[in-house]
Amino acid sequence: MSGEEFVPLSLTPLLIGIFAAVACALPGNFLVLRRQALIGDAISHVVLPGIVVAFLITGAISAWPMMLGAAGAAVLAVVLIELIRRMGKIEPGAAMGVVFTSMFAFGVLILEVSDTSTVHLDVEHALYGNLESLIWLDATGWASLFDIDALRYLPPELPRMAVTLVVVLAFTLVLWRPLKIATFDEGFAQTMGIRTEALGMGLVIIAAIAAVAAFDAVGSIIVIAMFICPPAAARLMTDSLEAQVMWSVIFAITAAITGYVLAGYGPLWLGGNDAVSAAGMIATMSGVILALAALFGPRRSRTGAPSEA
Amino acid sequence: MLWDALLLQLGYNATLVAVGATLLGIAAGVTGTFLFLRKRALVSDAISHATLPGVGLAFIVMVLLGGEGRNLLGLLIGSAISAGIGLLCLNWLTRNTRLAEDAAIGAVLSVFFGFGIVLLTVIQSMSIGRQAGLEGFLLGSTAGMLWSDAVVIAIGGAVVLALITLLRRPMTMVAFDPEYAMAQGLPVNRIDLAMMGLVMAVTVVGLKIVGLILIVALLIIPPVTARFWTERAERVVLISGAVGGLAGYVGVAISASAPNLPTGPIIVLVSFVLFAISLLLAPGRGALAVLIRHLRFQRQVHMRQGLLALAQGQPIYESLTLRILRRAGLVRADGVATDAGKGRAAKALRDEKRWEVARADQAHEAAAQLYDGLRDIETVLTQDQIADIDRHIGGPQGIPA
Amino acid sequence: MLELATEQGKPLTEMDLADSPLAIRGLTVSYGEKPAVFSVDMTVQPGSMTAIIGPNGAGKSTLLKAALGVIKPLSGQVQVFGRPLDEQRAQIAYVPQRASVDWEFPTRVIDVVVMGLYRDVGLMGRLRKQHISRAQACLARVGMEDFADRQIGQLSGGQQQRVFLARALAQNAAIYLLDEPFAGVDAATEKAIISVLQSLRAEGKTVVAVHHDLATVAEYFDNVFLINTRKIAEGTVADAFTAETLQATYGGRLATAQVDQLALALG
Repeated sequence: MSGEEFVPLSLTPLLIGIFAAVACALPGNFLVLRRQALIGDAISHVVLPGIVVAFLITGAISAWPMMLGAAGAAVLAVVLIELIRRMGKIEPGAAMGVVFTSMFAFGVLILEVSDTSTVHLDVEHALYGNLESLIWLDATGWASLFDIDALRYLPPELPRMAVTLVVVLAFTLVLWRPLKIATFDEGFAQTMGIRTEALGMGLVIIAAIAAVAAFDAVGSIIVIAMFICPPAAARLMTDSLEAQVMWSVIFAITAAITGYVLAGYGPLWLGGNDAVSAAGMIATMSGVILALAALFGPRRSRTGAPSEA
Repeated sequence: MLWDALLLQLGYNATLVAVGATLLGIAAGVTGTFLFLRKRALVSDAISHATLPGVGLAFIVMVLLGGEGRNLLGLLIGSAISAGIGLLCLNWLTRNTRLAEDAAIGAVLSVFFGFGIVLLTVIQSMSIGRQAGLEGFLLGSTAGMLWSDAVVIAIGGAVVLALITLLRRPMTMVAFDPEYAMAQGLPVNRIDLAMMGLVMAVTVVGLKIVGLILIVALLIIPPVTARFWTERAERVVLISGAVGGLAGYVGVAISASAPNLPTGPIIVLVSFVLFAISLLLAPGRGALAVLIRHLRFQRQVHMRQGLLALAQGQPIYESLTLRILRRAGLVRADGVATDAGKGRAAKALRDEKRWEVARADQAHEAAAQLYDGLRDIETVLTQDQIADIDRHIGGPQGIPA
Repeated sequence: MLELATEQGKPLTEMDLADSPLAIRGLTVSYGEKPAVFSVDMTVQPGSMTAIIGPNGAGKSTLLKAALGVIKPLSGQVQVFGRPLDEQRAQIAYVPQRASVDWEFPTRVIDVVVMGLYRDVGLMGRLRKQHISRAQACLARVGMEDFADRQIGQLSGGQQQRVFLARALAQNAAIYLLDEPFAGVDAATEKAIISVLQSLRAEGKTVVAVHHDLATVAEYFDNVFLINTRKIAEGTVADAFTAETLQATYGGRLATAQVDQLALALG
């Protein structure tokens, strides 16, 4: 494909998809290892009420208030889950189920009863976003990458997603050691003076930031898939945390690229004429990768070491 | 309007939906209890999301066969099949790989759902698909529901409920103690499978009313709510069913009473309100009751420790201990014991010694098990036994018992 | 027996507190509404090996975790060399009970030991050759140097326990707290661990271990601390590890014959 076609129509959605996938997969590694994979699920559900409430307060569709609203909702959800878990002595899965479904229901309800019909805010969009529409019409080819005028009209989701990825990356690199120690052995981490509760909350907030930014561009279904599938598949490839994280990044990028391409061109190859949902296809591809890892990954089975737990 | 709705005065369809939602709520509450007691509540999340590809495929197949793509029964059968496949994937991943159940749940739900979305976009591109309205399955939509749909839901709810009634004993045993159930010769695996099958059935029946994203709430919130009110599994089942049924009924009534009130979310929010009330106010396990008990207990501990310190002439380090003693009139402001304080302190120390003897003596083993540092020894031993212990200890007998 | 039990009444001077590597005063910890540890005082002697002994559910692990500041007590204080625990964390190394981690975790044996160097390496500091060789030396000390590159789940229970001990050694602390280090390990591991602990004592370090094998107490340890929710006795093995104190600790749960046998063994 020529640059004239690729750069304006495919480059930006592809990059946004890749950035979103990697930004979610990085914290996803720790969520999966901490048995908190479904926190990612919960976060991506409560993003909707957060955004709706932010919209009702500000009365406008603008990115930052909505991201704040969504991040606030994610933190609120985690606090509520923890509160319910402790106050009611309820297992975390059930506490999660109570919180995220109720908050999601609340979001849907106010979306329906308030007058948001004039703006582009609906549940379907929230679920599977609209990656295909994030095109860069001012680009004329590869040269546009060096053209200040054209760059000004990049879809704003792209720089936003890039910044988010940098933030997530910085968090992961700076707190790598405490994250690793606390994830492996929380009690030991506490005796080393690591504040494990704050660290856990930080991880959730970072996951929420990644989820919110990605949600804005690609919808929540990719978010859940990328939190869980690439790290889970990477988990079946290696016994080293460093390598696992690298694998998860590779898998996330692979899923984003193959998913995007298949969604756009797959139907054409099959004789159809309309593209299918890129977000859905990326999630599907991440599932295919996981399935392959589960069938052939070198470290797919349990070590079978003696363990009483 | 709400009153009319509550009294089922809004016409046949609304009445049928209300009956269906109530049955669904009861069935979901009861089924969810077993899932909850088995600590697998969120498996339902994977199952419900995994219905979506089935809905899409069923639609495509029915259209290709030249039929009506929107036939509810056909769509529900399709959703059941794909949910079943999702469940098999979930079980396979947890059994054959090192992945934990939560990761497997998340993987299944996101991938199946993503694939379902792909199918929905395929359907939209089909000439007949534009008005398929399959998005209604995401969040449920009772508006424009056909009479036949309502009948399917009502009958489905009733059938699920009947099945649960049949299977409740073995499911309770498995949920409560799977190993014991296995030792009793129960086919635990098959009962587990039946349990998941019921979850699937509830999900499928609920698709049209509450939608696949929120059906999970009906399976999780009622049992969690019920758990606050009782410690007995059979009662959790009953209360949970009642909570679910009530939420379904009231939810449908509220949403029928005004336009623009989506049924699914309202049902979920009604059950959440019931949950929140239980969490805060239930006697025994409710947050308020627990807080009050904790504060009282902390006071007792500090009181006891303070008295023992007084009796042994030790300094008291903690200001809370001093405050509690002072407020009870047992020490003066400068930390010196009052007469009453001295008496109580001596008694506390003597009781400690009595406990010491009682716990070392096999004759008092049953009583000794109750020792927690706070319990008055008079409440577990008779006066004679205490006198016996006192003889053992020797020393002055003049301390008030 | 009663003398022992009430000997705690003697007020401690500031001197005692400052000398003791680990001094606990009035510690009460409860889960829910039953205290696991009630009003316990403990004064560990410097350069000694102390066994914490008591029946199941008597609060041994709880005592240890509260001493580490991992669980918050309802009341009471913990002092390390006469200073509050929070200022002195670096002085304490901890070997947890084996069952408490995910053995599938993607990490090698040497990585686990390097975790013990966290304070030295810091958040962002570079992991230098000297760090790695220190970790390797710690592994060698527990006889595990040949397993450095294995994933931890591939080791036997005893080997895993030794790796955890190596991680604690890497911390180079003054006090070592161990939670049931000999539970479910093979005889070779038990021997390896005890010889490491004894060499630590020889270096002037203090060792406190939750221990449940009454038969080996006298052989392994200098001091005992008997607990059953409350402190029962504390002192040297000769003074505090007697038939009476054991009876008081275990109540009816320890058969009298067993106690007599132990008493005989103790001479």
